[in-house]
Amino acid sequence: MATKVVADAAEALASCVRDGMIIAVGGFGLSGIPNRLITALRDSGARGLTIVSNNMGVDGKGLGVLLENKQVSKVMASYVGENKLFAQQFLNNELEVEFVPQGTLAERLRAGGAGIPAFYTPTGFGTPVAEGKETMEFNGRTSILERGIVADISLVRAHEADSEGNLRYRMTSKNFNPLVATAGRITFAEAEIIREDYLDPSLVETPGIFVQHVVETDGIKDIEQRTVRVRQEA
Amino acid sequence: MWTRDEMAAIAASELTDGQYVNLGIGIPTLVANNLPEGVRVTLQSENGLLGMGPFPYEGEEDADLINAGKQTVTLLPGGSFFDSATSFGMIRGGHVATAILGALQVAANGDLANWTIPGKLVKGMGGAMDLVAGTPRVIVITDHVAKDGTPKIVETCNLPLTGVGVVDRIITDRAVFDVVDSALVLRAMAPGITAESLIEATGAPFTTDLTELEEVKTA
Repeated sequence: MATKVVADAAEALASCVRDGMIIAVGGFGLSGIPNRLITALRDSGARGLTIVSNNMGVDGKGLGVLLENKQVSKVMASYVGENKLFAQQFLNNELEVEFVPQGTLAERLRAGGAGIPAFYTPTGFGTPVAEGKETMEFNGRTSILERGIVADISLVRAHEADSEGNLRYRMTSKNFNPLVATAGRITFAEAEIIREDYLDPSLVETPGIFVQHVVETDGIKDIEQRTVRVRQEA
Repeated sequence: MWTRDEMAAIAASELTDGQYVNLGIGIPTLVANNLPEGVRVTLQSENGLLGMGPFPYEGEEDADLINAGKQTVTLLPGGSFFDSATSFGMIRGGHVATAILGALQVAANGDLANWTIPGKLVKGMGGAMDLVAGTPRVIVITDHVAKDGTPKIVETCNLPLTGVGVVDRIITDRAVFDVVDSALVLRAMAPGITAESLIEATGAPFTTDLTELEEVKTA
């Protein structure tokens, strides 16, 4: 059977991506972001993109490079506090933004990937998030109707992958990646380790059915807030 | 006035051994260092870990192990990692007992605003809306007044809301209030604070019942 591993991320992505597509991207802050695939997306030159991601990187890093290149027209995210360029483009009306509560974003991606068109959640009732959305009362509490998200292309970062596209994640870099992987019509995964053999089937976290293309990472892993404690002398 | 650590210690004083707790960014993170003796809680961080430990020793920080504030952290024995949907399943499903977070404004009925100032502050709500919607007990820790001196505790929030009627307790540098039946009840005052000055600095009326929090030292 043909391997899903490709050598040239930029070429593989450029052959799929078109202007105006919805692109879902894994990661939380700069942890677990598919950095090589984001660079490939930038190099594709595709414009008018809708980016679905919890955050938008920081200035000059992660998804921030797509903002710099003016490739993004809409963002669906929960928190963008670390990106000055984002705030500037948003306040200048150059960028459409849909703020989505973090848990709702995770669930919308899971629903989209699982064929659930919409679901009710109490999160955001009575807030700006609920504006224009249908509501329903369950057990004496009002919930709002949220829609599943299906992306044209999903980009994720894993720790280990095999030629079947099976993925495993490491610590908190897992975050949105398994959900984003399921929500893409075409999913690209980059992994730090691409195994010669197969992953232990019992330990696979994202089964290969959700993944169409696998590439190796560029090795870049940034820390946003380096916090440490001082070692006490014995 | 109470210090940041004293405010955190008041929040920590109600936590019980074995509870699962989510701490927001800022003063709430200090709660972990101010737990009552003999009480151990498991910290949930909504980016996907249970059993969050202290910051790593220098040289041991790992880009793959961070908390919801994007700070490098450690994991304690017995901890676990999970994806964001599972994490917010814990939160929305009421499995995390207590959430402690900050505020821009809190209304007397427990409405909370803490995610945006239209035209000025563009950050987003992150996990706050899910946390206040799903967590059985929500404690707010905040300065009593904003930098310009205006009350942060108000009759009605004029900033966009994070949640409706969600706050159970408000701990400020000047006082502790509980929200009971959509109204404020004063539980404790910090040293040096008078009832008159508190009424002036609080944007909503309140009643007083100091019996509930007698262990907190008051003026």
